[in-house]
Amino acid sequence: MTLTDLEPTTHTIQLTLKPGQHDGDGHRVAAAAARHLGLATGRVRTAARYTVRYGALSTEQLRAFATRCLADPVLHDVTLNEAVAPVPGFAAYILVARGPGVTDDEGTSAQNALADFLNEPMDTRTQHIFSKRLYLLEHDLPTTDLRRLAEELLGNKMINRFEVGRVADGIRDYTPRPGGGAEAITETISLNGLSDGALVQLSKDNIYALNLEEMRAVRDYYASAETQATRRAQGLPADPTDCELEIIAQTWSEHCKHKEFSAVINYRDLATGEEKQIDSLFKTYIKDATSEVDRQLRANGNDWLIKVFSDNAGAVRINADSLFVWKVETHNSPSAIDPYGGAITGILGNNRDPLATGIGGARLLFNTNVLCFGNPAYDGPLLTGQLHPRRILEGVRKGIEDGGNKSGVPTVNGAIVFDDRYRGKPLVYCGTGAVMPMQFAGLDSWEKKIDAGDRIVMAGGRVGKDGIHGATFSSIELDESAPATAVQIGSPITQKLAMDFLLIAARRGLLKCSTDNGAGGLSSSVGELAGISGGAVVELEKVPLKYPGLRPWEIFVSESQERFTLVVEPARLAELLALGQEMEVELTDIGHFTNDGSLDVNFDGQPVARLALAFLHDGVPRKTLEAEYEKLAATEPKIPGLRDYTGTLRQLLGALNICSRESVIRQYDHEVKGRTIVKPLMGATGQAPQDAAVVRFNFESWEGVAVSNGILPRYGDLDAYQMSAGSFDEAVRQIIAVGGKLPNLTPGDNIFWSVNDNFCVPDSVYDPAINPDGKQKLAKLVQMCEALRDATAAYCIPLTSGKDSMKNDFKADGVKISVPPTVLYSMTAKMEDVRRAITSDFKEAGDVIYLLGETYDELGGSEFYALHGELGAQVPRVRFAEAKALYTLIGQANDGALIQSCHDLSDGGLAVALAEATFGYGCGASVELPETALPLATQLFSESHSRFVATVAPADVLAFEALMGGRATRLGVVTDDGQLTVRYAGQTVIGAPTTALRHTWSNGPVNQLLGVDELAGFGESTGH
Amino acid sequence: MAQDSQKLVHKVQLPAQDGAVRALVLTGFGINCEEEIAAAYRLAGAQATIVHLNQVLHGAVSIHDFDVLTFPGGFSFGDDLGSGVVLANKLRYRQTGPGGRTLLDDLKQFVADGKFVLGICNGFQVLVKLGLLPNLGGDVTPEVTLTHNASGRYEDRWVRLRVNPLSKTPFLKGLDVLEVPVRHGEGRLVVPDAATRGALEAAGLNCLSYIDAAGDGTSEYPHNPNGADLNCAGLTDPTGQVFGLMPHPEAFLSAFNHPDWARRRRQNPGAPEEGEGLQIFRNIVEHIAQKHSVLAS
Repeated sequence: MTLTDLEPTTHTIQLTLKPGQHDGDGHRVAAAAARHLGLATGRVRTAARYTVRYGALSTEQLRAFATRCLADPVLHDVTLNEAVAPVPGFAAYILVARGPGVTDDEGTSAQNALADFLNEPMDTRTQHIFSKRLYLLEHDLPTTDLRRLAEELLGNKMINRFEVGRVADGIRDYTPRPGGGAEAITETISLNGLSDGALVQLSKDNIYALNLEEMRAVRDYYASAETQATRRAQGLPADPTDCELEIIAQTWSEHCKHKEFSAVINYRDLATGEEKQIDSLFKTYIKDATSEVDRQLRANGNDWLIKVFSDNAGAVRINADSLFVWKVETHNSPSAIDPYGGAITGILGNNRDPLATGIGGARLLFNTNVLCFGNPAYDGPLLTGQLHPRRILEGVRKGIEDGGNKSGVPTVNGAIVFDDRYRGKPLVYCGTGAVMPMQFAGLDSWEKKIDAGDRIVMAGGRVGKDGIHGATFSSIELDESAPATAVQIGSPITQKLAMDFLLIAARRGLLKCSTDNGAGGLSSSVGELAGISGGAVVELEKVPLKYPGLRPWEIFVSESQERFTLVVEPARLAELLALGQEMEVELTDIGHFTNDGSLDVNFDGQPVARLALAFLHDGVPRKTLEAEYEKLAATEPKIPGLRDYTGTLRQLLGALNICSRESVIRQYDHEVKGRTIVKPLMGATGQAPQDAAVVRFNFESWEGVAVSNGILPRYGDLDAYQMSAGSFDEAVRQIIAVGGKLPNLTPGDNIFWSVNDNFCVPDSVYDPAINPDGKQKLAKLVQMCEALRDATAAYCIPLTSGKDSMKNDFKADGVKISVPPTVLYSMTAKMEDVRRAITSDFKEAGDVIYLLGETYDELGGSEFYALHGELGAQVPRVRFAEAKALYTLIGQANDGALIQSCHDLSDGGLAVALAEATFGYGCGASVELPETALPLATQLFSESHSRFVATVAPADVLAFEALMGGRATRLGVVTDDGQLTVRYAGQTVIGAPTTALRHTWSNGPVNQLLGVDELAGFGESTGH
Repeated sequence: MAQDSQKLVHKVQLPAQDGAVRALVLTGFGINCEEEIAAAYRLAGAQATIVHLNQVLHGAVSIHDFDVLTFPGGFSFGDDLGSGVVLANKLRYRQTGPGGRTLLDDLKQFVADGKFVLGICNGFQVLVKLGLLPNLGGDVTPEVTLTHNASGRYEDRWVRLRVNPLSKTPFLKGLDVLEVPVRHGEGRLVVPDAATRGALEAAGLNCLSYIDAAGDGTSEYPHNPNGADLNCAGLTDPTGQVFGLMPHPEAFLSAFNHPDWARRRRQNPGAPEEGEGLQIFRNIVEHIAQKHSVLAS
């Protein structure tokens, strides 16, 4: 324990690059400082520092460790315990350390290396080695500039500590002293007789995020004669303990309880006068809709829907032996204040959902992510506490890179949506698919069974103050006073070890079931599991801590990452603990389940909380909310005489929401596990964008899964229903494009589909003072849900899990930035044979090009209008019956192997899709648009749904046209001249080399901002 | 701790068939490509066994029961302190037996016995940091290193490689050019001096080079994705028994892994469904099987 290290000797090791070695990091810091901050640093040299605080180490041991373990003999020079000597030619310095208690994986790895080196038993679980980074700058920048560099480029003041100054004045070091600083005491808080105002203030002061009605319910529960009598009988104080109120707050948080999706909503349409009452959005539009889909599926012999809405992730059956498990979640609030930490904990946290579904131990197959940001080139003012969109983008991207890559889970696709309304709170959606055997050691893998007497085992990381109040914090608007403890840094290596362990433990039959520790920490995970057996007892003093000094309630609600709660039969405990020791995963038996109806929490034998489960889980008062819809006037703009359609196409290809994301995509490993068949970018060029990913399940069969994402927030400005319907359709048609088939078309076809809905909306609770348009926002949410219900019914595609995030507003300095109402549909569908997948790129000259589906006068909300600064009125509508008929025909065409390429039409319409389809090989295309009632610009740029550009080999044209009938419009042929030519009414309206179009698309603003451009300086001497 | 846990480890079932090629694939501590590597060996006809490194360190599994040992890719110990550094450190220093014996001692014995070691990506980094590659001096001390890509970033992209005709490693027998993905942030080979560079080239230990569209070795990004010295993507030791490379041949086991598979199969529908990366595993499995049959006859 750290307690024994009262004042250990401190050693500091510093590694610097040998003269002549390229300092890439330093080079990039100099370039980024100039580019993003306008600061001229001159040359920058970097060094790694490690402060070692182990008791009984000699300087000789440390020196040997530094030179033989830490330093690379080719790259590094080592100094030990020396004041940092001024390096000639460098005037200023910045030291970046971590704050107390912030995850330091590098330090921990050094501890492991030291233990291996010395072959002595050492404490490697608490922090004794602290890693830091030192930057030496050539120019003598003033302190304010150095601080800016530190805070805006090198670190984040929420998690880092900085020392800056002149080298000549001596370099100051900083080493954190982790410790919670609190005594392990439990206090009571009296609610008795508190006024409404005092109740609300108490909730605010303690970040309970409970409203007045909820606070009253808590007060009344404690004041009731029954509670009082029970508490007296059990020797408990009359007033609630701090721990009890925290447990209630976490359990009742919007994040955990979805109170607004469960509320009674009074809806009024001001135009039609229609009024209705909705008894829970979740029940009405999601749960009941899925039940109806399941009924239809089962009636047709399709019984693959195994688990919906009742566990950490939904599960569907792949075949007789295995299940597909699928979950998508958001991690918005943490990503707003610490983008890297927010995103990495988002992805790792979402990974834990499929890992801990049912018994637990699913094998992760892939990640996907959808990100919504403000324009990274935003040059307006920033509010207090608001980070620049570029920093958010870069931090989130890096978090997803490390979260996915270091876990060995491929990031197979995703999307980035830009809209300046996301500059306050970004949206970070993380999705994970996994495969689980139908049975583990003879038990159904998806079941969660718990009996009284089963042990509660915490597995994985330790508990610290990080992440306290994450669940309640994400349930309120974000403002400038966001608590530092809400930020956490993930540790992918800790989770990878725990994941490897879970896989083996489940397969050996050692687990009864498991769940993850996410929002609300142990309080939520144990609290929820206790609902299965009917009670639990937790001995909090047994929970291993990162450092001492936490209050009992802090231990119980901390959201410290990489932890699972395992349910273990007593007879299996010894074997499980031994396996944990062998695989170096810390396991701690912290209590047991009961069936007495209460959640008991003790510390050192003293009760710190005792709550009736009935009250905890069902005592939250139901909300009643008001929704009022007023249709806003919208008109179609007059776009002045368009002549240069080629120029318009180029503008679109270079537009922020259409241009290539290659620089982001390539930093994610999209093919670890060796099973990715359709990757985000394909073709001989590796630059043809694809519609959906396709991943095979294993190396023994060709079965696989297609993965897609549908999100269209800007349409919501015109019509929330059509925005939601369109997003659903977009995800469906992407899967159809890669060769997927709709479910339930034939009896027992066993083609599973599994959808996650993720609603991210601004505060939609009406308040005359702070949220005057709350009723309209809620009405939009209702419409989005109605579209969801209609879409699932139309396609017979079930939802299996989902999430809602209800407070996506950022408030500071008296200003509120709210996200547009947004919904993401993340879809997966079984592919019977991944070898039959279709990619988007044109394959061969002579192939005939078709438009599948129909174009309407629907330019409203289009990228084309956005180029002209217009929104328009006629938003694309989904015609479900026509869409379903078309998708069915395309499935039949694919059965006959008639389609050579297929690309869905979305942002930028037909013109952009045609151009993108040429990017894979540099093919050309010669296209003649029909002379219809639709104007040319509408034909080219309308974003009408349920359409594709497809190609067919000449030999298959007759069969294809016979099958498709009027649903396919022949547009032209693929050519080998490398030109995209579009003619209309006898004139060439678009003509450009496809390589030039690809160049425009590839050099759009995203790759310009994030692309590899530092290479020019490589090889330059770095000062010696 | 090691003694207690040994009893509880499930003893690995060793292959019973005589003559079968036995491949050991290590995992644990952040290694993450073990499944596809095991699949590669199986597709190549070998028996593949995945074991956690601690099963080897704690004596539940002996590497000497196997013919070829593989260090897969991944992020061992999160790549903290540099890719492969902490794992190499464990192999070099963690005592596994009496007299201060380490797994590195066993590895040296394994190679001396004429057996084979393959390291891919993070596994290659481990072999380099250990000094098993290139091991010009024969004393297993680090002579070169792998560090941050010149681009400063991790990247996943497909590259083309040419096999050095001077290389005598059986892993690359009969191969000239192959396409494979790289997926790394620290793949830039740094050779510290001209003498080492010359020695590597003279012996043909720089067995794989990044090449451009014209087929020539290149230092140009992105064909050379990391800026490696000698445009080098892989190394062998002087015996050719130890082979490591940054790219991932195990990610190209099926023709359908290639980014351009759809067009290629359109042009050549009868082409094999096997991926080019599998040939490396076929080569070593056939080579070992041949050795076995020579010994048996």
